[in-house]
Amino acid sequence: MENRDHSVGARVGMWLFLLSEILLFGGLFLLYSVYRAKHPGDFHAASMELSRFDGTLNTAILLTSSLTAVAAVFSLQELNKPKRTIFFLGATIAFGLAFLVVKAFEWTAKFEHGLYPNAAVLMKRPPGEILYFGLYFTMTGLHALHVIIGMTVLSVILSFVVRGKATQERSAALENAGLYWHLVDVIWIFLFPLFYLIS
Amino acid sequence: MASHAEAAHHAEGPWYLDNGKRPGIRGFITSTNHKRIGILYLVAVLSFFTVAVILGVLMRIQMLSPDSKFLSGQLYNSMFTLHGIIMVFLVVIPGIPTIFGNFFLPILIGGEDMAFPRLNLFSWYLYMTGAAVVLGSILFAKGAVDTGWTFYVPYSLHTTVDVPLAVFGVFLLGMSSILTGLNIVTTTHMLRAPGMTFFRMPLSVWGLYSTAWVQVLATPVIGITMVLILLERVFGIGVFDPSKGGDPLLYQHLFWIYSHPAVYIMILPAMGIISDLFPVFSRKNIFGYKTIAFSSLAIASVGSLVWGHHMYVSGQSDTASIVFSLLTFLVAIPSAIKVFNWVATMYKGSVKVDPPFLYALGFIALFSIGGLTGLVLGALSTDVHTHDTYFVVGHFHYIIFGGMGFGLFAALHYWFPKMFGKTYNYKTATVAFIVLFVGFNLFYMTLLILGWAGMPRRYYSYLPQFTDLQVIATVGSWIMVAGLGVMFGNLLYALFRGKKAEADPWGGSTLEWQIPSPPHAENFEKVPVITHGPYVFPRKADTEKAGKKE
Repeated sequence: MENRDHSVGARVGMWLFLLSEILLFGGLFLLYSVYRAKHPGDFHAASMELSRFDGTLNTAILLTSSLTAVAAVFSLQELNKPKRTIFFLGATIAFGLAFLVVKAFEWTAKFEHGLYPNAAVLMKRPPGEILYFGLYFTMTGLHALHVIIGMTVLSVILSFVVRGKATQERSAALENAGLYWHLVDVIWIFLFPLFYLIS
Repeated sequence: MASHAEAAHHAEGPWYLDNGKRPGIRGFITSTNHKRIGILYLVAVLSFFTVAVILGVLMRIQMLSPDSKFLSGQLYNSMFTLHGIIMVFLVVIPGIPTIFGNFFLPILIGGEDMAFPRLNLFSWYLYMTGAAVVLGSILFAKGAVDTGWTFYVPYSLHTTVDVPLAVFGVFLLGMSSILTGLNIVTTTHMLRAPGMTFFRMPLSVWGLYSTAWVQVLATPVIGITMVLILLERVFGIGVFDPSKGGDPLLYQHLFWIYSHPAVYIMILPAMGIISDLFPVFSRKNIFGYKTIAFSSLAIASVGSLVWGHHMYVSGQSDTASIVFSLLTFLVAIPSAIKVFNWVATMYKGSVKVDPPFLYALGFIALFSIGGLTGLVLGALSTDVHTHDTYFVVGHFHYIIFGGMGFGLFAALHYWFPKMFGKTYNYKTATVAFIVLFVGFNLFYMTLLILGWAGMPRRYYSYLPQFTDLQVIATVGSWIMVAGLGVMFGNLLYALFRGKKAEADPWGGSTLEWQIPSPPHAENFEKVPVITHGPYVFPRKADTEKAGKKE
């Protein structure tokens, strides 16, 4: 009943926020399912254009970054070793950066092939492929934006740990940042097969 | 959490004198105290309301004659769009949860503040930024947004006005709404006073709580839909563009997946407050507490599955239409349960018709008309006839203005003495209500008749045979606005010149009436311990008083 423990409240708030994030992407997944059901062949053909190697690499990077994020939280909450937390947080941010670099290469390659919204090359393709790339850029773009936000949040938490503002007793913010990062990871786990592995 | 040391200096005085760190207006716009944030919203929402009412009156003046040249067609399009956007996104959706939710939720559950005070202030800034962006979109491109508040594609993709800025503003407003909902859910779960079980919460809290869930779960969908319009306009991603294979119907689905539940975001908090008023002014316990509480949850959940009834004539599958129609009829059940329970509460009660209760009674009358006309629109065959006519406009205003609006006015009159510690003139308030109520019905009932006769909405001109009814509607709108003017004038006068209010002017039994008017910054001197439900009538004090008289 009465529970004025702020860390529990913060966690409840965070889960609600994550729920709203899932529904934000939910709208896009809804569009994806409708259009894929309508144009299965075009989606298959368009998916062939993506680099499965880059996608797999990025999946590995992001999964590892989730591991380091957990390690960062665990190091502070259970082991009370702030230095280790700082190291793992730094590693998570670095993995996030690596993910964005790979993504940037991927996107650049698509641009060079003229596979971007409104490009003359793409407009000559069948509607299903136009929609596929429209959704591809929207969904991976929105996801990349979340990666950037996540890295920013983790950097702020990192500075908290360095300055001693986040400690074993006051670790709610760190834990919430970790949760957010996992959400970013989970969304990618869905994006990866839906875009890269359907051909 | 509000800092105890900071408030300790002023803990005795009314909340608005507790300046915290900064004095004056700066103290207001930087304070994280839930009551101050409630007042920030009150000022903002009522200001936007005034603007949108003026737009509405201008549109009615245009409709005085079939060949009126008062507004151009383009200007009329922009006016109903802005009227809709401002009313829906800036007034009605945030309305009760942000003003009265912020001010009273913590008090009603015996808490000190919301769960996330800083987030709360942040969401006010998001709201104001969103409002500025939406209204700022008028200044750019060629004129104000003219798409209707629904931003339907494909027109919104091609019109030359600044749609991207407007939809971005709506996105920001949506974020603000999500954060408010998140705050309310967390506060309700975490910060109840000892002994305040869920079934001892006032029904207004149930209303806010159910609404907050819809805010958290449905709003992200409009968020992403607005982002998609933005991307479509800027990059041409194609998902809603038929020339690229996109399906405009999917836009309508996504839009209404949020915007229908949004109607319940509008009405549920008002229903909650009305449920608080009936026991107080009938001096009797609420009839069917649990059914009212659960019917809020039922409306919130079933109401999230009825969006397709906006699209009967869009060409969606007949099977879908039948299912949506059935679900729509189902929502009428929990709504009717509430109405019957309110009326049953008055039965054998000792009814005292003070101004807040007048608005509550007005709510029942208008909401019932709105609800029953809703069934006409929810039925497949009659909807074909009335779709996109004034009938829809009339129905919607009966539900939203007659429901949410009158609920808001009821709350304002009920809690005004508590919020500001001042009493307004009851007689003037009663006169204002009567004028408002008469004008309202003259106006919107005429719209229902016009719609039934075939007058389509959103036209700046009409066939000559509608002239008489159009004139009656416009005169009705003037009477209604006069009523609004008297009502707000009365409250404003009371704010500056009103007599001091008692702590408990209505004889209420919920927690807010057990603390001084206006409340202190920290609400309660010590954490209250709750031992019974919210409505205890007749109260001990009342029976003792009655005993003395005899």
